[in-house]
Amino acid sequence: MSKILVIAEHLGGKLNPSTARAVSAAAAVKPEIIDILVLADSVEAIATEAAKIDGVSRVLTIARAENAHPLAAVLAPQIAKAAAGYTHVFAPSTTFGKDVAPRVAALLGVAQVSDVMSVDASHTFKRPIYAGNAIITVEADAAHAVVATIRTASWSAAASGTQSAPIEALSLDVALPTHTRFVELKQGKSDRPDLQSASKVVSGGRGVGSKENFEIIYKFADKIGAAVGASRAAVDAGYVPNELQVGQTGKIIAPELYMAIGISGAIQHLTGIKDAGTIVAINKDAEAPIFEVADIGLVGDLFKLIPELEQAIG
Amino acid sequence: MKILVGYKRVVDYNVRVQVKPDGTGVSTDGVKLSANPFDDIALEEALRLREKGLATEVVVVGIGPADLTAHLRNGLAMGANRAIHVVVAGEVQPLTVARTFLKLIEKEQPDLVILGKQAIDDDASQTGQMLAALWDRPQATFASKVEIADGKATVTREVDAGLEVIQADLPAVITTDLRLNEPRFIKLPDIMKAKSKPIDTIELASLGVDVHDQLKTTHYAAPAKRSKGVLVKDAAELVATLKQKGLL
Repeated sequence: MSKILVIAEHLGGKLNPSTARAVSAAAAVKPEIIDILVLADSVEAIATEAAKIDGVSRVLTIARAENAHPLAAVLAPQIAKAAAGYTHVFAPSTTFGKDVAPRVAALLGVAQVSDVMSVDASHTFKRPIYAGNAIITVEADAAHAVVATIRTASWSAAASGTQSAPIEALSLDVALPTHTRFVELKQGKSDRPDLQSASKVVSGGRGVGSKENFEIIYKFADKIGAAVGASRAAVDAGYVPNELQVGQTGKIIAPELYMAIGISGAIQHLTGIKDAGTIVAINKDAEAPIFEVADIGLVGDLFKLIPELEQAIG
Repeated sequence: MKILVGYKRVVDYNVRVQVKPDGTGVSTDGVKLSANPFDDIALEEALRLREKGLATEVVVVGIGPADLTAHLRNGLAMGANRAIHVVVAGEVQPLTVARTFLKLIEKEQPDLVILGKQAIDDDASQTGQMLAALWDRPQATFASKVEIADGKATVTREVDAGLEVIQADLPAVITTDLRLNEPRFIKLPDIMKAKSKPIDTIELASLGVDVHDQLKTTHYAAPAKRSKGVLVKDAAELVATLKQKGLL
């Protein structure tokens, strides 16, 4: 039977929703146990939240001052040691999981399955390659532990709140490196919904034209209670910060409603949104590739259409 | 300071890759091959560090079949001092690539290894992190800014929450994100010059690397297609449609 260790992602003392999505993927393996591992300087609040996720057997915590920031070089040796006895180690395929999981895999001497979309069997998974242009079925060697990152857009978050799993502190004897040090995190302050977990997302692209013009996207997103995203072109041009980028090399998201405004729809962008419930495209070019995947298209000038949309919404 | 740069050849990012009807792979016959875009960025960063006088030698490393030479010549034309070609017939998985790099590191003793954050074919995003683990050195992944001074790298990383800055003692592994730099174009005279630059050829089998692949790809499938939707005529109709679906 499988025993799965899920690595919790958190920031500012709060559990990231990507963790509950990784738990959903773990549940699909139909394991005997799913434990969540919380590494932090102060673990209590995060562990309490993690313990509420359905299907979780135990929450294991490692509280060390060195774990105050998610440095892969510091976390990986602790995770590798804690992984003893588990058949699988899962982490969300966010920048956190992508950074730390391969380091854990290498310490364990095992290959990693990246971006798991579905679980066919305990050691058989589906994952995208070529920016999602092909989906491969991968079999991992059952003689080794499976280290995998979970493509969060493919999994809904496991429900939470009906249980409270036991929380146990681990004390591992692991020497930690000092060769890598956290300096700072420059975080855009925003009251808007989080891009990765929002049910509605409004994204702008090159067609928005400038940083100043992007205000129209923010304003419209606020009107409908949506998170704001952007294409690579808009980030490269400096209209918005990097953390808003949606696509192959940015965030992969699956909101119920995705509105692509002034985005032509390069394949690298489309791979980031193909699991969205409803895709709306607004673009002045009727030939733009975004219309090939959009459920609802509207051809026209965004600067004229957005005020009209706001008015129609009332 | 010596810098090793990973330089992978992949299907060009403009090619829309097609899955073979029998599910045994993707069609790569006759498709355009190019440097992995993130690796071009890695090489550009290494060249800039050399041009600033912070590095003395930039070595590009490729792992692949005999015909990879032409690709490595492009790296030399871009400005690398020399190339190492690790020859192997088939595909190699990230863990094997990391183990191979470790062998080269033992021989070359670089101060910095710069790799792309992912290759756009397998989209694995693993090799740099695995190499840093095996080498027991720092990793600075998804870099959008690199500063080298006093034996340390200060790296700005593009993370989901924003921009994270970390400091790493050298030697270290850095993986590049899109906005680190804009790679230069290769000029014709540089292609001529590259012809006389050295390419060391090493058989992968001779390095004593454990090449046993732990992952087996058993099937390739085309992604589920989204069906083409409808066009609405104006803003009012769009809002009405979304309200009807309960999305507004």
